[in-house]
Amino acid sequence: MSYKKRLDGRKFDELRSIEAKVGVVKNATGSAYFKIGNTMAYAAVYGPRDLFPRFLKDPKRGLLRCNYNMMPFSGMGERVRPGPSRRSKEISMVTEGALLPVVNLENFPNSVVDVYIELPQTDAGSRCAGICAASMALADAGIAMKDLVGAVSVGLVDGQIVLDLNYDEEAYDKGDVADIPMAYIPNMDKFSLLQMDGKVKPEDLIKALELAKKGALEILKVQRNALKHRFEVVKNE
Amino acid sequence: MEKSELKVNEKDIVVPGEVLAQGMSYLPSEGTYRKGEDILASRLGLVRIDGKVVKIIPLSGKYLPKKMDVIIGRVTDINFSGWNVETNSAYPAMLSMKDATDDFIRRGADLTRYFDVGDYIVTKIYNVTSQNLIDLTMKGPGLRKIDGGRIVFVSPTKVPRIIGKQGSMVSMIKKATNCNIIVGQNGIVWIKGTNPEDEIDTVDTITKIEQESHMSGLTEAIKKFLESKGRTVVVEEQMQGGNDEL
Repeated sequence: MSYKKRLDGRKFDELRSIEAKVGVVKNATGSAYFKIGNTMAYAAVYGPRDLFPRFLKDPKRGLLRCNYNMMPFSGMGERVRPGPSRRSKEISMVTEGALLPVVNLENFPNSVVDVYIELPQTDAGSRCAGICAASMALADAGIAMKDLVGAVSVGLVDGQIVLDLNYDEEAYDKGDVADIPMAYIPNMDKFSLLQMDGKVKPEDLIKALELAKKGALEILKVQRNALKHRFEVVKNE
Repeated sequence: MEKSELKVNEKDIVVPGEVLAQGMSYLPSEGTYRKGEDILASRLGLVRIDGKVVKIIPLSGKYLPKKMDVIIGRVTDINFSGWNVETNSAYPAMLSMKDATDDFIRRGADLTRYFDVGDYIVTKIYNVTSQNLIDLTMKGPGLRKIDGGRIVFVSPTKVPRIIGKQGSMVSMIKKATNCNIIVGQNGIVWIKGTNPEDEIDTVDTITKIEQESHMSGLTEAIKKFLESKGRTVVVEEQMQGGNDEL
């Protein structure tokens, strides 16, 4: 337990600064921008639209198709190879899993809702930022959803539970680090994403998730405001 | 049972998951769902409370085909029994020969005589299947092939504002700009005037309505906008105070 002070001076249960905006991509059906600390995510939603390839069509419900992509210049100086990789494919899959419990695509059989998540700059927590942006973008696209999804990472840095790790903390080398990205659906009180990198004791995991819930609720507040703000801007002119 | 209570006001902007009302004496309608005893929003939009019924008027989203809607579509293909039409939704539409015309068409006749690929048509949805396949008809007043003019795409959720109460908004623009306008429920608008200037002013006006559609006092704002373009606007009797038809 030698991690007494966070590397960037935050409190242990403090999020990085958040910015959220809706309606940033004009051509998309719905879009959103989400920034947490130095991690930026754009999400653009297209559809419901006709689905290709056709064998993926489901006559019972629409399909949600997510695509996560880090831009070449988004990393820490080294070029990130964009496009599908083992990592980005996995993250696309878990993003889909995180959003699927809330979206209701039963009214759109045989169609697809495409979600493209692009990250121009990353500093850890990119899949969470992507999920936050995507959930706002889906709401902006007018898709029926049970709730919004808030996502954030928690972790253990040298035995200390911390909220919203940045890259320096994730790469902390003077002790063990566990990084737990998670997504939370407040209405159902359920986690729709839970992954982990590192080791954690069961009792610490419970504590960490309680903290993550609090963080996610704060993020959700920002998301809701951003969505309402989109239309209120014009309303109050 | 506990007391029922509304948590939001009429015309509030709500986001998915927001609690709109508590208790069983309110009823969930479009854009909402019930969870336990609460009514929650399932879409981003404006709250509308109609007696005990709570619903949401969406502010965004793609067109979902509905029976009896008059839409504007583009012919994408011709097959044995009719035409395939693109409808600005996720689903393709089919216009069969018997619904297109009363003419007797002989087997193997050239169907491009009626509608060619790329033509825009004003048409009516007469059936939507459970899989959202669309059947179209050309039988009805004003349903025809479009000739000339220009096509504008708007958000389908803004169409009611463009049309206005009993067509008041669109008829005001028509009179002010001397343009012929047809607004399809699917968000495709056709505009034809005698000269390009009229058409451009009309396009600008419709874009403005689209941007400011959820504001109150829209008719007044559009009237001013048209007057700033040097158009004379005649306000009809039925339009008085009719700027909040949401």
